[in-house]
Amino acid sequence: MATPTSAANPAAANKPAGRSAATKPAATTRRGGGGTGVFGTLAHVALIVWAILIIGPVLWTFLASFKTNAQIFGDPLTLPTSFGFDSWVRAWDKAHIGLYMWNTVFVVALSTAGTMLLGSMAAYVLARYEFPGNRVIYFIFVSGLAFPVFLALVPLFFVVRNLGLLGTHGGVILVYIAYSLPFTVFFLTAFFKTLPTSVAEAAAIDGCSHTRTFFQIMMPMAKPGLISITIFNILGQWNQYLLPIVLLPGNVEDKWLITQGIANISVNAGYEADWPGLFAGLSITVVPVMIVYIIFQRQIQSGLTSGAIK
Amino acid sequence: MRHGRYPFIIGFLAAPLILYVVFVISPYFQAFYIALTDWRGITATPEYTGFDNFARLFDDEVFWHAVRHHIVLLVAMPLLTIAIALFFSFLLNLGGGSKGGRMTGVTGSTFYRVVFFFPQVLAVAIVGVLFQAIYRPDESGVINGLLGKIGVQPIGWLTNPDLALWSIIAVMVWQAVGFYVVLFSAGMSAIPKDVFEAAALDGAGRFRMFFSITLPLLWDTLQVGWVYLGIAAFDGFALVQVLSVDRGGPDNATTVLPLEIWRNAFNFSKYGYASAMGVALFFMTITFAVLTLRVTRRERIEL
Repeated sequence: MATPTSAANPAAANKPAGRSAATKPAATTRRGGGGTGVFGTLAHVALIVWAILIIGPVLWTFLASFKTNAQIFGDPLTLPTSFGFDSWVRAWDKAHIGLYMWNTVFVVALSTAGTMLLGSMAAYVLARYEFPGNRVIYFIFVSGLAFPVFLALVPLFFVVRNLGLLGTHGGVILVYIAYSLPFTVFFLTAFFKTLPTSVAEAAAIDGCSHTRTFFQIMMPMAKPGLISITIFNILGQWNQYLLPIVLLPGNVEDKWLITQGIANISVNAGYEADWPGLFAGLSITVVPVMIVYIIFQRQIQSGLTSGAIK
Repeated sequence: MRHGRYPFIIGFLAAPLILYVVFVISPYFQAFYIALTDWRGITATPEYTGFDNFARLFDDEVFWHAVRHHIVLLVAMPLLTIAIALFFSFLLNLGGGSKGGRMTGVTGSTFYRVVFFFPQVLAVAIVGVLFQAIYRPDESGVINGLLGKIGVQPIGWLTNPDLALWSIIAVMVWQAVGFYVVLFSAGMSAIPKDVFEAAALDGAGRFRMFFSITLPLLWDTLQVGWVYLGIAAFDGFALVQVLSVDRGGPDNATTVLPLEIWRNAFNFSKYGYASAMGVALFFMTITFAVLTLRVTRRERIEL
């Protein structure tokens, strides 16, 4: 099966096969096999403690969304007395979490699609075609990886404003695409270089145009790499906080994205004394991400780490 | 094959390149110029003031607070994250001892890996809001509530200036460890199994194996991890902005340069000054990356 793992991490793919059978006699040398003994116990304690540290805060937030203000400010270790979803409804409607979610889904869907289309087009040309300036253009794209986005923040704000795109989703989408290109081009150029040339050559002899070769032959062949980097971009753009608060200021609250919406509710929860609403809003954002993560955890793990494994 | 080659190349490169130059490359170049002006966004053309902004930066107490915090972050965050992640990835991949001549992880490895990695998919801003409740300074905070059960007085995790930065570093480590567990696990699985088998036959214990085999053979991956975490140490914006008291407080005890850049630009409209900070941040990041790659360069161990 062509999972992203095997593509992103070729080292894992060539595990020595059939070795365990050949070395069976060594089984007699098992030392504390299966993790028993003092070491095994300590290891399990450490792992369980860290697992609780991860699950604890998330579970507490989920439970707190069913509590009342008084219960939230009381003993933090008690369970909620009833499981009503009023606070969830309040967060979805009154605190506009629903609206922010849809805005984010809309923006990220378009920006990730745009990133993948433009990024793979550029990467394909840079990887497969010799032409004057090829190296220079590649270098310009990749140099973007070395600059902190905070350096560009002020001029970027004015570029977007002068184009009349401040406070619009279109502006955010274009900026997301532009800032996702360096890594996408870097990763996909390397990936397209690994694909065999013979298929594309055969297509050219059959009279297939360059464009058609790209969309109908190269894109399907590059699927494992494309999946990894798509996951990488979806998560990166979904979790963006800096760009939304700069590009979607306070006067366009109806256009806000989920991260800035949640951060804003946490500021307001104090004034409006609606703490269950805040935790319900948090739960509404965390639960879908958690479900998607559990289903696709293998792909997500390899997609996110693919940048670091050459 | 020749037919329509250049129109195709230009057609495919034009859109991405224009977008990239307009929104990424041109702002980076403009930033270096704006840093040399006193622009406050009111006048059409910024007034050139030379290195005035940088001179002011040197006398700015808040700037130096932020720089000091980056140094603390740069040392503590990668060290803690890598140490914890190495420990866990060793347990999850090799901690089970050898079974049938193969090194295995402890039981439940997959479960732990899935749980540990989870914070990585959460937005930093969301994590910040999540930990506000955990760190609350009275007994209603989750940690203080737990400590109260064993008779410990509530601790001002974020309100005590000596503690606040460390509380924030703890959240960064909390979120990052899982990523590096997965990264190091991939590195460990690339180490040929017969190396461990040979060591086991020679009577090497788990600890000997870790320090004499796993660590040296994992060096490249560790180096990548160190660079990633170091670059993250120059950020910290979202977490500090959302989680800390008064955005960088109390009394600038947790502020970081990205936060000051954002504040100077979008709260005080000091665009020239904010850009000068951006330039300073850029040179710090680049210096760090180049130094790390230089200092940690080692002979590759060929297998």
